[in-house]
Amino acid sequence: MRTAEAFAMALDALRVNRLRSMLTMLGVVIGVSAVVVLVAIGTGAKDAIESEIAGLGSNIILVVPGQIGVGAVPTQSRLDLADVAYVRRAVGDPSRVTVSVTSGETVRVGRTEAFVTINGTDENLPNIFERPLARGRYLSETDVDTRRRVAILGAEVADRLFGDVDPLGRQLTISGARFRVVGVYATVGATFGVARDQEVHIPVTTAQRLLGLSRIQGIAVGASGPDQIEPMQRRVLAALADRYPGERFSAVTQTQLLGTIGSVLAMLTGVLAAIAGISLLVGGVGVSNIMLVSVRERTKEIGLRKALGARQRDVLAQFLIEAVLLTTIGGVLGILLGVGGALLIQALSPVPASITWWSVALAFGVSAAVGVFFGVAPARRAGRLDPVVALRTE
Amino acid sequence: MSPAERGSAAFEAIDLRRSYRLDGVSVDALRGVSLRIEHGDFVAIVGPSGSGKSTLMHLLGCLDRPTSGTLLVDGVDVSTLSETKLAELRNRTIGFVFQSFHLMGRTTALDNVALPLVYRGVSRAARRERARAALAAVGLEHRLDHRPSQMSGGEQQRVAIARALVGEPKVVLADEPTGNLDTRNGAEVMDLLARLNAGGGVAVVLVTHDAEVAARADRRIRVRDGLVEPEDGR
Ligand SMILES: Nc1ncnc2c1ncn2[C@@H]1O[C@H](COP(=O)(O)OP(=O)(O)O)[C@@H](O)[C@H]1O
Ligand SMILES: [Mg+2]
Repeated sequence: MRTAEAFAMALDALRVNRLRSMLTMLGVVIGVSAVVVLVAIGTGAKDAIESEIAGLGSNIILVVPGQIGVGAVPTQSRLDLADVAYVRRAVGDPSRVTVSVTSGETVRVGRTEAFVTINGTDENLPNIFERPLARGRYLSETDVDTRRRVAILGAEVADRLFGDVDPLGRQLTISGARFRVVGVYATVGATFGVARDQEVHIPVTTAQRLLGLSRIQGIAVGASGPDQIEPMQRRVLAALADRYPGERFSAVTQTQLLGTIGSVLAMLTGVLAAIAGISLLVGGVGVSNIMLVSVRERTKEIGLRKALGARQRDVLAQFLIEAVLLTTIGGVLGILLGVGGALLIQALSPVPASITWWSVALAFGVSAAVGVFFGVAPARRAGRLDPVVALRTE
Repeated sequence: MSPAERGSAAFEAIDLRRSYRLDGVSVDALRGVSLRIEHGDFVAIVGPSGSGKSTLMHLLGCLDRPTSGTLLVDGVDVSTLSETKLAELRNRTIGFVFQSFHLMGRTTALDNVALPLVYRGVSRAARRERARAALAAVGLEHRLDHRPSQMSGGEQQRVAIARALVGEPKVVLADEPTGNLDTRNGAEVMDLLARLNAGGGVAVVLVTHDAEVAARADRRIRVRDGLVEPEDGR
């Protein structure tokens, strides 16, 4: 029998039992669309976070005490401003190093108050991070040296506390101390769930006095170019190891951060896809089941075909093709549904979704394979059917 | 005389036995049947119900294999043939007609008749052409696109005969072809089979209960309790 002929014959058989064919496909349709949608969401989340990290600025190295990694115990910082000055000398260009002390505090303007992240930093922050101003100015060296009580507000903080009023030059209270607003940042969005538009930046020296601290929490270094990141990273770590022998410091780059987060999310996407794959498998079991019923029902037909000259492999091929058609048509429907669903989620919810060709190809390939795998047993049974027994069945 | 000396017959059976195992008990449906049916013969197999007629037909039609004994179809010992070769033999050498027609319910007369040619790899156009000719030969050129449910029993059996002859077989095996038909339709079917035998030189072997039907055959083979009785007229 010719192949095209066999496909036409199988399509006919599926059309005859239209409702049953559709119900059988349903499992595969759901499985495949789940794979496509979940992979799209996983990939979308990864893309979104990666672009956030890239949006921080370029060639950034974050230096923190202790070890960074999943499950690492946070280390009490022993770094202070003297250490920052030391790192500045090691780096060579002081303007490429900035510093950070953070704490959650309540800020007040009149009766309006907000809980924000206070970040004590210095005049070098804009050299390293992408942090455009909407109004006013950045912190200055004098602000830091003289412990001025000046603040730069994140876009959302400015909006909440001042509304339509221009905040520049106005007063606000942070933990009871009065500050003057000298700048407002442009909206930048969140990174790792850190709402950067809800930060208030003040001079690091002022922050240390306000919070009663002598330490700082982290140092950020900006390399002069992508090829300078690694040498810079090594130089900073070597300098700190010299100063504090036997202690651990970590210097992570954006690339490393991207790599870590990327691999975590890829794993998550894989797990989601595997779960969806299981439902595809269940769909395959359904196909197998229905095909067995179909073989039993069509015993007479099979006997007749054999009497008229169908070989074992003709009958086997007929039923196998039916199974594969069921799952691949189900696969195509599932892909359409999955792509549609992903686009809908993208449009109607904040969850980013990004459809990947490999998940579509994989889903299709797997559904075809499921058809072959789960179709073989019923098809073999059909092929081996004894024509006499089949014909005597009335 | 040995079969080789007499030339190949349509069927040559030597001591055919077929027993079934049913719930651990062995049922001997055929207990040593020997017979010879020449090309162009018109043979009626008669005998009481349960005597083994259908079993014999299934063996002759290569739908089943004997428990023991030898069967030559057109000179070939079928025990030497693989499953695939047997299917090819059924497809090319033998045409079947069944008591309950066995047509495909959702398929038109034309496609029902063309079905054996599908397994011969004949192109669709050629298949339909030959099926149309076969349906014309049984007087059904006006029923090409009818489904079995839209036809009378007599018409359905004529479609089945067209299907049996579309592949130009050497023998047609018919197991009680008139069993489900009234006298008039039965006679029409018998006319067709007789014409096929006389005109085309096709050997026809049919099973029947009906003495009138059996009388139209050239030979009558009586089966009783799984054995063939000595023939009359020989
Ligand atoms: N598949 C089978 N399993 C067990 N016994 C069978 C089977 N087919 C036929 N028989 C038995 O073999 C005997 C002959 O049956 P059959 O050839 O159909 O007779 P007939 O066609 O002459 O009425 C009967 O006793 C029947 O019950
Ligand atoms: Mg019978």
